[in-house]
This record gives sequence, structure tokens and C-alpha cells, in this order.
Amino acid sequence: MKALNNVEALNQALDQMMEEDEKVIIYGEDAGFEGGVFRATKGLQAKYGKDRCFDSPLTEAGIIGTGIGMAINGMKPVLEIQFQGFLFPGLNQLLVHGARYRNRTRGRFTVPMVVRMPYGGGIRALEHHSESIEAMLAHTPGLKVVIPSNPYDTKGLMISAIKDPDPVIFLEPKRIYRAFKQEVPEEIYEVPIGKARVLKEGTDITVVGWGAMIPEIQLAIKGLEKEKISVELIDLRTISPIDKETIENSVKKTGRFLVVHEAVRSFGVGAELISIVNEKAFLYLECPPMRLTGYDITIPLAKGEGYFMISPEKIKSKIKELINY
Amino acid sequence: MIFENHNPLEGKVFQILDKTGKIVNEKYYKDIDKDLLLKMYKCMVLSRNQDEWALKFQRQGRMLTFAPSLGQEGLQVASMAACRDDDWLVPAFRSNAAWLYKGLPMKNIFLYWSGNEKGSKIPEDINMLPIAVSIGTQFNHATGIGMSFKYTKEDKVVVTYIGDGGTSVGEFYEGINFAGVVNAPVVFIIQNNQFAISTSIKSQTKAKTLAQKGIAAGIPSIKVDGNDIFAMYFATKEAVDSARAGNGPSLIEAVTYRQGPHTTADDPTIYRTEEQHLDGMSKDPIIRAKNFLIEKGILTEEDDIKIREESKKTVFEEFEKAQEENITSLEDIFKYTYEEMTENLKEQYEEAKKWEGGNN
Repeated sequence: MKALNNVEALNQALDQMMEEDEKVIIYGEDAGFEGGVFRATKGLQAKYGKDRCFDSPLTEAGIIGTGIGMAINGMKPVLEIQFQGFLFPGLNQLLVHGARYRNRTRGRFTVPMVVRMPYGGGIRALEHHSESIEAMLAHTPGLKVVIPSNPYDTKGLMISAIKDPDPVIFLEPKRIYRAFKQEVPEEIYEVPIGKARVLKEGTDITVVGWGAMIPEIQLAIKGLEKEKISVELIDLRTISPIDKETIENSVKKTGRFLVVHEAVRSFGVGAELISIVNEKAFLYLECPPMRLTGYDITIPLAKGEGYFMISPEKIKSKIKELINY
Repeated sequence: MIFENHNPLEGKVFQILDKTGKIVNEKYYKDIDKDLLLKMYKCMVLSRNQDEWALKFQRQGRMLTFAPSLGQEGLQVASMAACRDDDWLVPAFRSNAAWLYKGLPMKNIFLYWSGNEKGSKIPEDINMLPIAVSIGTQFNHATGIGMSFKYTKEDKVVVTYIGDGGTSVGEFYEGINFAGVVNAPVVFIIQNNQFAISTSIKSQTKAKTLAQKGIAAGIPSIKVDGNDIFAMYFATKEAVDSARAGNGPSLIEAVTYRQGPHTTADDPTIYRTEEQHLDGMSKDPIIRAKNFLIEKGILTEEDDIKIREESKKTVFEEFEKAQEENITSLEDIFKYTYEEMTENLKEQYEEAKKWEGGNN
């Protein structure tokens, strides 16, 4: 096994799936020759040729719309949207067609494509380069939405996403693209879509997060160990379909629930998770289930971004608030 | 007559000065007022200076990601000079020289590229929108502003920019088509700098010219040497005058060259050949304008040195001002969401006061 960072693990997954399945085609703005602005597709055009990995014209609607057409005729497009903030022109195609073809045609036509995009804040970037809109996507029936938080899951989830028979939105927390390395198996393996993972067992409180929030929560948990607060940490990994069972089992054990996300608060994934907790484990709760999230504002540019971001200090404080409720 | 006599479908490119600054097209050459020429030249030099220093400031960690306009100053300054002061500019994101020409304080530009929304607070007396990062979306805004003049009874014109990559976006066609239908007084200018980040124009379209995309929408369209301030000035002037006279929109493909990176996060040496780069650099709009001005006796080498020194001084003064003003308060991130802060936001603002952060 070799230690890889998130981008390297992603690149390996794409490379191995292109090798295994000639129907896998990759394109997006700058995704061909230079391998994408984050180099996730680096080397793939050189290895597999311009027909299988190429620069698309600048058009998100075109990228996703043609991806749908390719997928309808049996191809496996893995599309790159340069930043999640640029997805919006392509959202029309994704929501009105990508998510609906299977249902519309009663299974006659399906859209087994993957749409990848970096998302999330904390890199002091320009406008439209920092948002987290997983809730908007997960709110659409027919789409699956996954978010890895580490190299092992990045590779395994990407392989599962490519093999999945339905459209999968693959959100990449760009802040941790190169933050750390992890041993990743050389061979092709799958991390199942729709399954959360208990990263750390604990007894006092269940904390759920995903993507770039995981390292922040882990830092917070370390600080709380001294205070003898035992946290169970769950990496949700898939936003939709959501893993209710893992959440339910954990909350029944700990009696307390906190969800942490960087996306804005109202109408978000946190609200969905809290509903699940209320429906499945209400009588086990020792305090109200709560959320720690971004504020309901446009994510600020760099000078104001620090106010917005979720820090280990904020997480620690919120956990203590629940413990001492 | 410029548009009429330069049909891009016939391969025509409108040029008056060649790359050395010599007049090669006497038929269309007319004098431009000396003071206006000097104003244009000074603005180009100022923008160039700001860009060059901004790249250095960024490398020193004193600014964030920055997109220079190096090499595109000529078309921007000339197209603005062809407008009235109260006409509108609806820019894309690489329009530094145009912003300066419109009178945007340079400190705003520094503030924007230092991660502060204050940079986009355009002074009340300037008719200009801020940067549009989302590619191609601004064309419809330009058309809409142009449409509003019919109701507000203003005789203004809108000039809007897009890049070569932007012409692949659906909204490019939607904007020019809509403007044609409603006869909006808009001049659409494509800054064709040959690259959209790493993607060359050849990977962007099979069309021989970008100007012909305007012909498809039924609006007068022309391909112009965008590094020739005379050609750009007179082509834009014709389009602006025509729009103001009620004849609707026009489109200009301004051929230029992006001398620098897409942004400071980009390394153009990966995708650009040395030969391409040298060719692009040889068409520099400032050198060309300078040669012309010196030849005509409008500028001396001594004047030029003075202009460059003054530019540098302005750049440092404005950068200093920007640094002093580069503060975002916690309230700032909440208070502009709606006209009045909602109860929900007031609660969150109170919650946020407990925490440090910001201004890092």
C-alpha cells in the first residue's frame, strides 16, 4: 500500500476505472491537457488519449447535458465541474433531466454518470469558489450525493460512484485535497454509497459530520478527552441516500446528537438529520438534538471568511452545551 | 461603415495601426484629440503598472488570488474612451484598465483582490457593475440595463465584456439574441485573449471567428485588432453611436493576448508554447501606442518616463489606502443579506459575536 492524499487517491481511482472500463470518459473545463485546475485528472489524457479525457468548451450546461446523452447511450461519463459555485448553469440539466430520466421513462433510459466538483470554503478564494450546497442537490429525488473525507473513502467512493447505475454527485472538500496522506490499497475496491462510518466510538454524544468538517471535529474531540467527554464520531460519507440506521443506533447509545456542517443553517442537511433522530430515537434523547453550521449568509470573501468557518473551538463549545444541557 | 465593410465571414479584421504603431489603413484613420489620446495612454500605463505590482504583492503574500489584465489594456481603454462618461460598463472579471478609465478608485481593485467585498462597492456616480465571476452571466444584465433606458428615457449605452471562453456559455447567445429582439442599446465586446485558463480557442469552438456568432443573432458584428487603440476606438464609437441613435446592439470581437497567467493560481507555461507567447507579446498595445504617439510628437521619452513614475506612485498610494481599509467587521458579513436584518440573522449575529475570526 502507498500513502496518498485525497487528490492522488481520486486520480488513482479514475485511472484504474478508465483502465478497467473503456466506457469511462472524462471531460470538463481544463480537465484534459493540464489535468484540471486541481490536477485531479493529471496524466489521464496522456495515458488514455484525447478521446477519453479532454477539455470541454466552457459550458456547465453543455458538460452535464452531453454527459446525460452519453450515459443514456451506455457510456460512463465522469464529468468535472471546476468549482461547485459554477455548477448553476448546469443545474437545469441535472435537475430536470439527469435526476429524472429513469423515472420519466419507467427505467427505459438511465443516467449512470458521475459529476465531480470541489466544494467548501477555507481556502481564501474568490466568489463562487467556497460554497457548500450539498442540501440543494440532496433535495432532488433521483440524485445520489457523496462526500469523502479521506483518501481511502475518496478512492472507494469514486469507484462505487462510477459503477453506480444512477447519477452520483461527487463532492470533493478541496480544503483537504492535500491536507494529509493515508495508506490506500493498490487494487480496485468499493466503499458502499449510502453507508456512514463510525470513525470513533464513544458514549456521551454522537457527532455527525462529513468532508472537511471531519478533521475539525477530530481536533475538538482530542481537546475534550481531557475533560472526560466521550464522543462518538460518525462520518456520514453519503448525504443521499442517508444512512438512518447508523445514526439511530448511535443516538440510542449516547442519548445526545450534534450535526456539524459548513453549509448555511436553514433548510440544510442538519435539519434532515435532526428529523431522523427525532423520529427514530426521540425517547432516548437526554437533550434536544442540535446543529452547528455556517450562518444563513453568503459565504464571505477571505477577509470575513474566518467569522464564518467552523473551528474546533466552536465544536467543543457546542458539544459541552449539549452535555451540560 | 466600419461594420458594414468588415464582414467577419469574409475573413476581414479591422486594423488601423500595425504592431509597430504605423498607420496601415489610411482610409479609416482619423485624428483622435491629443488630450484624449494621452488620457488613454496614461490609463493603459497605469493599469499595466498596477497589474505588475499586484503580481509582486500577491507573491509577497500581501494580496490573494489575482487576475491581471496584462496585454488587454488597449481594447479596454479604447472602448471606454468611445463612450460618454455616463454610459454603463458591465464587465466580466479581467477588465482592470476599463475600471480605471471609468474612474473606479484603484484601491477598490486592490481591496477586491485582497478578499474584501468593499472592493465591489462602486462609487455612486459611476455607472458600472462589479466583477462577474460566473462566466457569461453578465450579458443578460447588460441587455436588461439597456432595456430599462426605454422606460427611464435615458439616452445611454451599455458596453459589456466577455472572454473567448465565455462565448461557449449559453447565456452569451441568450444575451445577444435578447438584445437584438428588443433593440437594446448594448455593445457586446469579446476580449479574445486566446485562452480560457488552459483551454485554447481551438478547443473552444469550431467557428472561424467569434464575431460571426453575433451575425447568427442578426446584429452587426466585427472582428477588430484589439491591441490597436485606433481600430478599437473607431469600431466601438460606431457601435455606441448606432446604439444611441436607436439602432440596437452590435458585437465586437477584440483580438488580443493574455500576457500573464489566468490568475496567480495558474501556470501558463504548462499549456502555452514559447513561440505563441513571443508572438502574443510582440503585439503589445502599449508599445504600439507609444510608438505612434512619439512619431506624431504627442509624447516624448521624457514624458513617458514621467507617466510611468507617476503611475508607480499612484499604485503605491492606492495600495496603502487599500491596506488601511481592508477590514471586514462581523456585522458586515450579516448586514447586507437583506435591507433589514431578519430576526433569524439577528440571532445568528449575536451567536457569532462569541467567536474570534475574520480579517486574517
